[in-house]
Amino acid sequence: MRSTGDFEPLDIRQILQFVHQHIAHRRGSRPVAQRQQHGLYRVFRPHQQGRDRPVIIVVDPTAQALTPRCGLCPDPEGHALNPPHHPRLPCNFPRHVAFLSVVCAARPAKPPAATYRATLTVAAFRIISARMTKLSHIRNFSIVAHIDHGKSTLADRLIQSTNTVSAREMKEQLLDAMDIERERGITIKANTVRIEYKAEDGETYILNLIDTPGHVDFAYEVSRSMRAVEGSLLVVDATQGVEAQTLANVYTAIDADHEIVPVLNKIDLPAAEPERICEQIEDVIGIDASDACLISAKTGIGIPSVLEAIVKRLPPPHEGDPDKPLKAMLVDSKYDPYLGVVVIVRVIDGVLKKGQRIKMMRTGGTYDIDRIGVYRPAMQEVKELGPGEIGYITAQIKQVRDTRVGDTITTEKKGCETALPGFKPSIPVVFCGLFPVDAADFEDMRDAIEKLALNDASFTSEMETSAALGFGFRCGFLGLLHLEVIRDRLEREYNIDLITTAPSVIYRIYMRDGSEIELHNPADMPDPSTIDHIEEPRIKATILVPDEYLGDVLKLCQDRRGIQLDLTYAGSRAMVVYDLPLNEVVFDFYDRLKSVTKGYASFDYQMLGYREDNLVKMQILVNDEPVDALSTMVHRDRAEMRGRAMCEKLKDLIPRHMFKIPIQAAIGGKVIARETLAALRKDVTAKCYGGDATRKKKLLEKQKAGKKKMRQFGKVDIPQEAFISALKMDG
Amino acid sequence: MPMRSENSSRLALTEDWQHGGFGLYIHWPFCAAKCPYCDFNSHVSRQIDQDRWARAYLSEIERVGALTKGRVLNTVFFGGGTPSLMSPDTVHAILDRVRRVWPMANDPEITLEANPGSVDTANFEAYAQAGVNRVSMGIQALNDTDLRRLGRIHSVADARAAFDIARKQFDRVSFDLIYARQDQSLSAWEAELRAALSMAVDHLSLYQLTVENGTAFGDRFLAGGLRGLPDDDLSADMYQLTQDVCGEHDMFAYEVSNHARAGAESRHNRIYWQYGDYAGIGPGAHGRLTINGQKLATVGWSMPDKWISTAERGDGTKDSTALSALDQAQEYLLLGLRISEGIDLDRLTTFGRTYVDDNKIDELVSLGMVTRRGNRLAATSRGRLVLNAVIEELMPLE
Ligand SMILES: Nc1nc2c(ncn2[C@@H]2O[C@H](COP(=O)(O)OP(=O)(O)OP(=O)(O)O)[C@@H](O)[C@H]2O)c(=O)[nH]1
Ligand SMILES: C[S@@+](CC[C@H](N)C(=O)[O-])C[C@H]1O[C@@H](n2cnc3c(N)ncnc32)[C@H](O)[C@@H]1O
Ligand code: SF4
Ligand SMILES: [Mg+2]
Repeated sequence: MRSTGDFEPLDIRQILQFVHQHIAHRRGSRPVAQRQQHGLYRVFRPHQQGRDRPVIIVVDPTAQALTPRCGLCPDPEGHALNPPHHPRLPCNFPRHVAFLSVVCAARPAKPPAATYRATLTVAAFRIISARMTKLSHIRNFSIVAHIDHGKSTLADRLIQSTNTVSAREMKEQLLDAMDIERERGITIKANTVRIEYKAEDGETYILNLIDTPGHVDFAYEVSRSMRAVEGSLLVVDATQGVEAQTLANVYTAIDADHEIVPVLNKIDLPAAEPERICEQIEDVIGIDASDACLISAKTGIGIPSVLEAIVKRLPPPHEGDPDKPLKAMLVDSKYDPYLGVVVIVRVIDGVLKKGQRIKMMRTGGTYDIDRIGVYRPAMQEVKELGPGEIGYITAQIKQVRDTRVGDTITTEKKGCETALPGFKPSIPVVFCGLFPVDAADFEDMRDAIEKLALNDASFTSEMETSAALGFGFRCGFLGLLHLEVIRDRLEREYNIDLITTAPSVIYRIYMRDGSEIELHNPADMPDPSTIDHIEEPRIKATILVPDEYLGDVLKLCQDRRGIQLDLTYAGSRAMVVYDLPLNEVVFDFYDRLKSVTKGYASFDYQMLGYREDNLVKMQILVNDEPVDALSTMVHRDRAEMRGRAMCEKLKDLIPRHMFKIPIQAAIGGKVIARETLAALRKDVTAKCYGGDATRKKKLLEKQKAGKKKMRQFGKVDIPQEAFISALKMDG
Repeated sequence: MPMRSENSSRLALTEDWQHGGFGLYIHWPFCAAKCPYCDFNSHVSRQIDQDRWARAYLSEIERVGALTKGRVLNTVFFGGGTPSLMSPDTVHAILDRVRRVWPMANDPEITLEANPGSVDTANFEAYAQAGVNRVSMGIQALNDTDLRRLGRIHSVADARAAFDIARKQFDRVSFDLIYARQDQSLSAWEAELRAALSMAVDHLSLYQLTVENGTAFGDRFLAGGLRGLPDDDLSADMYQLTQDVCGEHDMFAYEVSNHARAGAESRHNRIYWQYGDYAGIGPGAHGRLTINGQKLATVGWSMPDKWISTAERGDGTKDSTALSALDQAQEYLLLGLRISEGIDLDRLTTFGRTYVDDNKIDELVSLGMVTRRGNRLAATSRGRLVLNAVIEELMPLE
């Protein structure tokens, strides 16, 4: 964040020259001059962390009247503006000119020779410079935080305190509408809401907020949401402080050039330590937290201060031009059973209108807009969306697959020339097979998978067949939570019972003959004698942990074949950076981390690349039959341990049968671990008379139907959840 | 249509229910106190208008009698609740009406469930006069601590006294015990069981305590209470011990939890397990009645108020559903495998089509869970211990 201090003084002449040469020629630049009452200019260049684009601010907050004079012109008098344009400068955009002229209205005859330091932010600049425009009354921002720090609850309060929904419709975590979100109390899908706020200055502002998910699997949702807005509320739990995701979010926000307002939440809790956490924010993140909002999203304390901060401290949208060709960002798209594909858009230039024929610049698709609206949070149609606005459109788009997040939407005819830079696509890192328990459900499952893929671009799938499991799909996910979410949705929303095979990451197999294979499924592993070497994906994990648990965390990372990269301290907390194999992390690392640190550690990761290691395929045999769906890749040195752990786990997961069942782990035919599941001892209903038959029958039917959720391997029924659970390690 | 009726009566002779006979179950829904483990349809009520209840039973008997005209009634069972709290007049009136409505077998078995309280025993003589010839008494435990823990309002001494009175009044007396209780050891159970056998005449019901959802015990269990219940291994051992000790006394288990000398089995209960026909009268009472070749599952309204008011208006039935062939096959399997003679596989197929997979049977035979002799399939003693799993394997679905 570039707030106070650290501004480089500049000479006004240099500035004007700079403006002339560079900025005035570019859209979205904001050079102006400010004169103070004393008749002096103040010229600023805010310090920009690691960025090469200088922003020059010359502001005149006292200017009252609009006079048609150009502020960009080096002519010290300014020149009368007579659109279409000044002969030398491209300031022929009415909107642009309007605000420029404000600035140059009070321009003194001669620029001073002296230069000054000053303390204005980009945000303040934008606010002032945009005062005369509609944009000045719009604030677009995302709410970001570590998981569970209270983003969605804050969104609730913002929605509620602006009377966006009636008290009757209000409920906790209103935006978390999916069953899975409500059940798990987490946000999975980012949500946009438009609220209206009458500020202390008497003006009414339109606030477009995006509530984002906190879990690391959905970091991609956060980063792309940020691309659609100009500022972020960084929520920090005042009892927990800065966590790994807080850091990750700040970096993303800085990348997105965001103004950041820190918000300390949960101050209602006795354990809240706002002062200490403020210091921590300054120490660890390096942003000014002196004017952080102290709130309780739960009780509503401090919510007015957040609303004011949004208006005063977050910038309005970068100025866009309604008269220019349409240019809008495709922020997200989802499938609605009634409306078809609904596209969330952020307008940059031009105006989106009903009936317009639009074109997606990257995919080339053209559509007629049939609905335009905003989320409040229910869908509400509006006539049009202009620059700076966020809303949705529908346009008879069949599949979400036809849309690409980050794409540029323009009009088919007379469209804009250059597309927006677009987003890096999200890449799945965890793969597993999904098979219907009942083979007859395969077609339904194919439909369901297609529908879900429609909605979720980061989920991939392709057909797969397995000897034991029949037809199914090999699917890719952003992480294990993402996997669980998709599986849950398939089961619940589409009513399909699924077998999930052991999740795997992608291995690169280098064959003796020089060829290379990407292995998504351990079952497909070629004969080891034909393999030269195997590489596995590694990640860089950042963990924040209080001192007293550091030892446990280091041990955990070490146990997971980690290589320590860095260890620093921030107050009483350590920040540990490890290079870890992804496959050691995806399944249960996070759970383990939470449990060894009693929930006090936080975790974030990025992909590092591939590295060779001694990896082998481990098979599991149940009742002497190999179960392919349980095959995993393991490091040779850890195979015995993992094999033992898996056999033990399976012993707990597989229900007792009428006979005893050996469970074994093997590498290439050699058994490395073994457990025996004892036979069922007692399962009989003590009392059953005439009246009970009905009830007991239902019970048994239910149990038997429950068994259908298991898959038979030989004579043994293995429950669906065993395939994932078996991989989770307790120690 | 005389021709038709002749036809249907000939048909009736071969009707399926006749494999099991025909019984009448009367449910009395009131108790002096609600036991914490009990999930029967039992209620504690301050005031019971016995005459009004009697009238309601009588009118229901008439109604059901009209549906089952001419059938020979083999058994009557007063269950509860606590039927030993019924006034003898009520029992008398009911049995009189029963005899008027149905032709009775020569030696009908008429059982009444009794609790071992003094109020209850006071009526025994009058019940006997009314025609009750068998009593099943809920003694539940032979030590006072456990009786208290089971929430029973009588002592062991009360129970023994009540049992003695019953023996004087009735030819056939059985009693119930609940075992596999909290903190019960194998040896303590053995001692108690031996004491019970020394008391018993020729019939004993020995139930392992079941923690039922929705009961006080169920709630306590879910809340993490009710510690000290035996685990599966111990309760399996207790069950096995029960079989062994009862066997020494020639009291074999003719059903999972029911032991009797040969010939002393409860005929009424056997109707259930052999999947015969029975009428159910009273709140929450179930019935299985074959009418016009269709087996109906009937059930009365559970709440006493609701039942009595609907019965007074002409029909206390809450629901009457025709059972599909599959339903019947499932029920027959579920009930029939509980008794030592097992089920008749041929009869199973007469419900519709062949339901049980021969491969499954062979598998279970090879595991020692069932035996198959000709068309009879029965659970072995090993199979009985895991009978739910066995039934589940065999249970036809769709
Ligand atoms: N005491 C207290 N609890 C709060 C406050 N704000 C949120 N919570 C609780 O913290 C938990 C998490 O809140 P959410 O709003 O779901 O958090 P989130 O950041 O949206 O979580 P994700 O979307 O999963 O990342 C819930 O149980 C809230 O009730 C607060 O100000 N005070
Ligand atoms: C219908 S009950 C009622 C009998 C009578 N009212 C009494 O309590 O003595 C019949 C028998 O079922 C048994 N029983 C009831 N609830 C039980 C439970 N939860 N677990 C095991 N046996 C139970 C008892 O042995 C009881 O005597
Ligand atoms: S166990 Fe018997 S006495 Fe106790 S509540 Fe149940 S029916 Fe009534
Ligand atoms: Mg949330």
